[in-house]
Amino acid sequence: MMKPETIIRTENLSIGYGHKVIMRDLTFDIPKGDIFIIMGGSGCGKSTLLRTLTGLIPAHTGRIWIQEKDFINARPKEKLEIIKRSGILYQGGALFSSMTLAENVALPLQQYTAYRRDKIEQIVSFKLALVGLAGYEDYYPSEISGGMRKRAGLARALALDPEIVYFDEPSAGLDPVSSKNLDDLILEINKTLGTTIIVVTHELASIFAIGKNSIFLDKTTQTISARGNPAALLENPPNEQIYEFLTRGAQYEKGTK
Amino acid sequence: MVEVKTAGERVICTLKGVLDGTTRFDVSASHLRDKKIELVGEDIEQWNTDFVVVVFNALKYVPKAYITYTGLPEGMEQLLRLAFQVPYKQEENARPQESFLERVGDWGIRFCRSVKKGCGFIHACWVSCLRQLSGKAVYRAKDFWMVLGDCGPKSILIVSLISFMVGLILAFVGALQLKTFGAQIYVASLVTIGMTRIMGAIMTGIIMAGRTGASYAATIGTMQVNEELDALQTMGISRTDFLVLPRINALLLAMPILILLSDFMGILGGSFVCVLFWDIPLSEYIKYTINSFDIINFLVGVFHGLVFGVVIALCGCYFGVNCGRNADSVGTATTNAVVYAIVWMIVMTGLITLICAKMGI
Repeated sequence: MMKPETIIRTENLSIGYGHKVIMRDLTFDIPKGDIFIIMGGSGCGKSTLLRTLTGLIPAHTGRIWIQEKDFINARPKEKLEIIKRSGILYQGGALFSSMTLAENVALPLQQYTAYRRDKIEQIVSFKLALVGLAGYEDYYPSEISGGMRKRAGLARALALDPEIVYFDEPSAGLDPVSSKNLDDLILEINKTLGTTIIVVTHELASIFAIGKNSIFLDKTTQTISARGNPAALLENPPNEQIYEFLTRGAQYEKGTK
Repeated sequence: MVEVKTAGERVICTLKGVLDGTTRFDVSASHLRDKKIELVGEDIEQWNTDFVVVVFNALKYVPKAYITYTGLPEGMEQLLRLAFQVPYKQEENARPQESFLERVGDWGIRFCRSVKKGCGFIHACWVSCLRQLSGKAVYRAKDFWMVLGDCGPKSILIVSLISFMVGLILAFVGALQLKTFGAQIYVASLVTIGMTRIMGAIMTGIIMAGRTGASYAATIGTMQVNEELDALQTMGISRTDFLVLPRINALLLAMPILILLSDFMGILGGSFVCVLFWDIPLSEYIKYTINSFDIINFLVGVFHGLVFGVVIALCGCYFGVNCGRNADSVGTATTNAVVYAIVWMIVMTGLITLICAKMGI
């Protein structure tokens, strides 16, 4: 069997804010076309890991390779090249509130492509339609619901046809149905566009619905304590913490499932 | 009523009768050390949650395995078990008292860091300005018009009103003094020179710091809270290009026009006082105004205004960009933006005055 191509690889990464280290010795591979879940309890450093992977905060030590390129030691220009090929959906959508949805989605296109105005308009309409917001071009972010804002944020993240899309807590603040719809959308995008998807979440329903692969960040040991397919992890929990996490706190007894 | 009896390794607490917040539960720390606490209920007539509070606070340092419950009302036992389920966090994490020198050192380090950060920001803005001159900066014309609309036309009323009042006060106070020499007519010169050279610029600057600088800090700070700044960064768009440049440009354009307006309104305010209170004919006032009007003074005033515009925009944007991620820090950012803008405007006024004095202007 051919080994799937690795799109992101980290080695002994330690992350944190300022002098404070939150997680250390993070070594993992993300295969191309995967849906990769970064899970863990609140405050364990999931979002920090995401911010490190996207270059928003520097890593303490360790290496990150994104598409075979050293991300940490990259020069600003190379970093930009890498960043251009990834899209990020922030927790609240992070749409620019002074711009309409169309302007929001158009911004990365205007920045990085030489397309003419009408071509950009067409792409914007298409991306908005992909996330189920056809016809909402001229709405401002404040005029639509939270779930729609997230989908618009996703349209913006997808504007440049990225190879990697990061999701920061996609289900946060969404009702169960919207959350399910967003999960379906994630699966669709992964399937149809072949995009590698990295999701930071602690929402169990989402984890089991979309996750093909995962790592579990353990707050007590400050590193990865379990990895693999979430459903398989539930079948054969390697330790107590992951079992409790995946079962919403059921008591873990050795030898029993 | 609670009776406490010590029997070897066990401390038996018998609860009976009416139990409420006034019930005394006296167990000393020496009682509790490594001992098993037995809570025994006997003929409890009445109890409420205030009593549970009393029990919890008496026993909160005892590990939960050391406490047993017998014959307690079901609700009380459940509440206590719930309260004791997590061991009480002892104060091991308390911050050690820092010595005076340590605090001075920390303050020094913080100060140096903020100077470095501020200089870095000014440098980034400078680079953006150069990029703008070479036509490579990324920002939307729409944003520029929006901020210009906000700091230009919408400030006209407040700038006019304040400048009119300042002219009025200058004339009133000046005339009171000049009257003793019978030189009231020179009020016109006083107001004209005062307003055009410095007062127009300072008043406009302070108004714009409170109005526009604060709004910049709040807008950009809220963008930080909403992760919009992160989104910009991960799109590879420079914050200083996208957010700071349109704001500096708008203020650079608006300030000279507002200062012109302010000068005019100040002189108008002065004439108002002179004509109505000090019986100086309007024609005389106009004559003296024109005589004392000096284009150099006016240009120095406008130059002040341009410098103030940059100061206000930089302070507003700097504190917005460096805002924390909660509602409180947006408030702090806004306050700092206004305070620092005003302080730096005064510092700049001093510098410009010094330079002008050296150059003999």
